[in-house]
Amino acid sequence: MSTAPNMVVGQSRVARWAFNGSVIVLCLWVLVPIYLLIANALSAPSEVTQFPKKMVPSFDTESVEFFLYFNGVGKALWSSVQVAFLTMVMSILIGAPAGYSLSRFDFRGKNAFRILVLMTRAFPLPLLALPMAIMFIRVGLDDTVFGLALVHTTLALPFAVLITFSLFSGIPIELEEAAWTLGCNRLQAFFKVIFPLVLPGITASAIFAFVVSWNEVFAAAVLTIEHRTLPAFLLQSLDVAPLHLKFAGGAVLVVPALIFIFFVRKYLFAMWGIANR
Amino acid sequence: MAEIQIKQVAKSFGKFEALHSIDLTITDQEFLVLLGASGCGKTTLLRIIAGLETATSGEVHIGGKRIDHLPPKDRGISMVFQNYAVFPHLTVYENIAFGLRMAKLDQAEVDRRVNRTATLMHIEQLLQRYSGQLSGGQRQRVAVARALATEPDVILMDEPLSNLDALLRMEMRAELKGILAESNTTTVYVTHDQVEAMSMADRIAIMQGGDIIQAATPVEVYRNPAAHFVGSFIGNPPMNFLPAKKVSDGLWTVAGAQFDGPSSNKNELNFAIRPEDLLLSDNGPLQAKVTLVEPLGSHVLASCNIENNLFRVVLESDTSISRGDVLNLKPMPDRVRWFDPDNQLAV
Repeated sequence: MSTAPNMVVGQSRVARWAFNGSVIVLCLWVLVPIYLLIANALSAPSEVTQFPKKMVPSFDTESVEFFLYFNGVGKALWSSVQVAFLTMVMSILIGAPAGYSLSRFDFRGKNAFRILVLMTRAFPLPLLALPMAIMFIRVGLDDTVFGLALVHTTLALPFAVLITFSLFSGIPIELEEAAWTLGCNRLQAFFKVIFPLVLPGITASAIFAFVVSWNEVFAAAVLTIEHRTLPAFLLQSLDVAPLHLKFAGGAVLVVPALIFIFFVRKYLFAMWGIANR
Repeated sequence: MAEIQIKQVAKSFGKFEALHSIDLTITDQEFLVLLGASGCGKTTLLRIIAGLETATSGEVHIGGKRIDHLPPKDRGISMVFQNYAVFPHLTVYENIAFGLRMAKLDQAEVDRRVNRTATLMHIEQLLQRYSGQLSGGQRQRVAVARALATEPDVILMDEPLSNLDALLRMEMRAELKGILAESNTTTVYVTHDQVEAMSMADRIAIMQGGDIIQAATPVEVYRNPAAHFVGSFIGNPPMNFLPAKKVSDGLWTVAGAQFDGPSSNKNELNFAIRPEDLLLSDNGPLQAKVTLVEPLGSHVLASCNIENNLFRVVLESDTSISRGDVLNLKPMPDRVRWFDPDNQLAV
């Protein structure tokens, strides 16, 4: 009996070390590249290739400025914003009703549907790209903001469905029922009671869809020429650019996404909780 | 006028039959309690009246009008939920006003009704708070105020007190009964707590396995249970049962003693008596060996053994008995009841 508590403590100490160690490794895995990216973007061009490196960058904005005024960046940025905004709107308009039905109604094939929603993410986009490009050319959607937004919506939709599903599931059905008994029909109850309660979560889910679109490069590169989004434009133009410009471009892409994700992280955890079941 | 008529209402969930054919009439302004263990169908029946659940077959009428095809909002009902369902994004004031705004009453009338029901429920000082800032008891009061504010014909309550602690529950029980009696509404109240049912109801409908076993006044269900289940469910401690064998027509042996009983073509019945309907008497015909004595202040509860049947007796608090004593008990003749062991019904 007397050794048992010691064993437990010993085990938990090892487990704690392993846990803390993994946390540190994972954090470094993510943070070191981001640090290097931003540090290099904020260094003078000559410092980028210098060795040994200074840990604190010189906060020289020459690379970033050059990059921002580089011909075509503004246009690509505008395309990116348009595509991401459209993606966001379409994902929520289609995803939220699906999430609501999954949480409130019982129907045949509900579980299969939920798995299918996830499975769409397992389907590699490159496999689809060529047939899709041909189809888009046939219907005249190629090289349009709307066409690309459609593709990005299919990528963002599973997340929108799962996040909103977990949001709606977190709201007791009795709140809706109480609204019904107090004179609401289903739609009124939704807008007067449920919608205000899920609004923060819906916003988070919308921002996430925005980020998915913002970060997507493959479909954007294949399906657009004139209306390139920023990532696709960078892929094309920075390929042969000097190293310091690559860093500047990378930072400009990563920072907005990081900021958005930071604000909605709470809701993303909720989604994983559901998706892992 | 809001008489509720439930006609042959049945409900099944897939293969499971939650309600067999239920027939029940609840008179205008009556306080009816649906009482039963969990899973007996009482909440399902309430939700069918509310319109939150659709009956598989049967009809529901309120005030002479058939309403089972109408959505909840058109039934003239309001409901209090077990978890209160107070809207978290609205203040107490807006919660109570919710139904009134849906009915498009003018602001002066909304104000008047909110203040009146809030005063009635003693929450007038909480009107600007949100549900997160309220205790369970206060939320409960908001839920009742919200249901009363629309001045419905029928109020439906689904175990509204079960989430409160024991003391608060007792207080709210008395308060609710008074308020609902004055509000002139018909009330259907679901509970699994028989004390709550006895103390509040005009009439209790006892449910078991999707059927209403008995619907009668509290005194009637207590004194004359229609079935074995009612006798054992109502009353704390419950009714005592002993097997009885026929001697001759109208004469039965129970634990070696003979009793006058009903004439029946059965050879065996169950003899039943409430624990407080027994007297200590030197020539008492039932010999009960005491196995446990619980002095409860107002009375003494003795658990005894009669031919391996648990038999409880409630005695005066100054009775001095101890474990192992043999009591001679005399049942009060007019309180003895008989049940058929096969169909469990009263004889």
